[in-house]
Amino acid sequence: MSTPFYVSPQQAMADRAEYARKGIARGRSLVVLQYADGIVFVGENPSRALHKFSEIYDRIGFAAAGKYNEYENLRIGGVRYADLRGYTYDRDDVTARGLANVYAQTLGTIFSSAAEKPYEVELVVAEVGVAPEGDQIYRLPHDGSIVDEHGSVAVGGNAEQISTFLDQRHRDGMTLAEALKLAVQALSRDPNGSEREIPAERLEVAVLDRTRPQQRKFKRIVGRQLARLLEADGGSAPTDAPSDTEEGEGGESAAATDAPESTDSGGDVE
Amino acid sequence: MDFLSDHSPGMLPGNRNLPPLQGAVEAPHGTTIVAATFGDGVVLAGDRRATMGNVIAQRDIEKVFPADEYSAVGIAGTAGLAVEMVKLFQLELEHFEKVEGAQLSLEGKANRLSTMIRSNLAMAMQGLAVVPLFAGFDIDREKGRIFSYDVTGGRSEEHGYAATGSGSVFARGSMKKLYRQDLTEQEALTLVVQALYDAADDDSATGGPDVARRIYPIVTVITDEGFRRLDDAESSEIARSVLEHRLEQPDGPRAALL
Repeated sequence: MSTPFYVSPQQAMADRAEYARKGIARGRSLVVLQYADGIVFVGENPSRALHKFSEIYDRIGFAAAGKYNEYENLRIGGVRYADLRGYTYDRDDVTARGLANVYAQTLGTIFSSAAEKPYEVELVVAEVGVAPEGDQIYRLPHDGSIVDEHGSVAVGGNAEQISTFLDQRHRDGMTLAEALKLAVQALSRDPNGSEREIPAERLEVAVLDRTRPQQRKFKRIVGRQLARLLEADGGSAPTDAPSDTEEGEGGESAAATDAPESTDSGGDVE
Repeated sequence: MDFLSDHSPGMLPGNRNLPPLQGAVEAPHGTTIVAATFGDGVVLAGDRRATMGNVIAQRDIEKVFPADEYSAVGIAGTAGLAVEMVKLFQLELEHFEKVEGAQLSLEGKANRLSTMIRSNLAMAMQGLAVVPLFAGFDIDREKGRIFSYDVTGGRSEEHGYAATGSGSVFARGSMKKLYRQDLTEQEALTLVVQALYDAADDDSATGGPDVARRIYPIVTVITDEGFRRLDDAESSEIARSVLEHRLEQPDGPRAALL
């Protein structure tokens, strides 16, 4: 019988981390930004069906970069966790912190168990508060650590470069159009410094909007509403109010989680 | 729900062991729910009374709940169980929507509710029945639809109007004479409040509009714009105008003889 090679724990972990990082780097990056009325998720995603962002609970959103099947698995786990929590106790008892902890445990266990390959995913769990001070953004790298982020966060392939870019330019109290513009600028920078154009159809955008009258604050921004926001002059304020009126039309094309919240909300907001 | 039954079966209403008992259990019961369709959707309304035997257990109970953005459920029967059933039903619809990324069809929702009622059959046999009325806007067919149930989970789609609960006989009679195909939203709202008034008139377990305490029926509308519950001001206005007319005609509007 042969003796297995000795591999130091440091080396084993470094190899696994390297493997996971490479997997994540293959995917496109996405960014999560705070803006005046909530948190916006922006990413490049050619697919209309496979979402990178999704709703977990009333105030909690989820974003992931990396392997689709792996983060989809985690997403469904998160929805189950949140729904079960909310049903057992109360809707207010579901928090991003609790969810991030569960994800960290799961990712950490998978990362360090020798039997499984590490997950090639990097997650962001965000919760929108009643006021901007209450917003929480947690970034969860592949190894199960938690990073508490403020303002802006980028994950995925080109994350470091993008987050440096964002850190320099992001400020508190941006409007949605400003934040969106900044995010698209950040995403369209290639690693070698050149810029490329990302058409609106390839963007996936979602917000956690604290001004929504519904309990569920998550909303996808698609179609005309997205186009209008992208065109809007960064400085102009009236992006939010009219945006809701056409929500119905936009929502249909995506048929996403959020289609039901329709035009009646527009009236309430204004 | 499948996940819940694997994970913690004790939380599901149907999976609890019942203590053996004799006679009927005394627990608050909700009474009358009515629904009617109109051109753009459907209205669903309920009175506010819960009774326990011959005692009024609660004057301002709420028995109509949004199930999701495009549907609502009104409950008659054992209040505690019914409220739990609705909570679980809401959870299931929301869960499905989040996991699948699309809403269940209205038929799918109605079938799901049917299964949930059936799982309560053992309790129903002991007198703790839950009999909801489910109404929603069918996005595919672009119209409002109503589903009624029996204690065994039997589901039937109702056309035009429907009622459930102890005062349903009177409410149905009232709507039978007042309902028309071409109702507007406002007329449909008045119709269901009239029906509830008639139910309260003849059924002791159904509560009428309580002017002194400002307790008025819960009235909800579901259209292609989603679920909307009338606020207190709106529902009191309809109830008061009905009441006003009843002061002159206690039996309500007369339908034509021929």
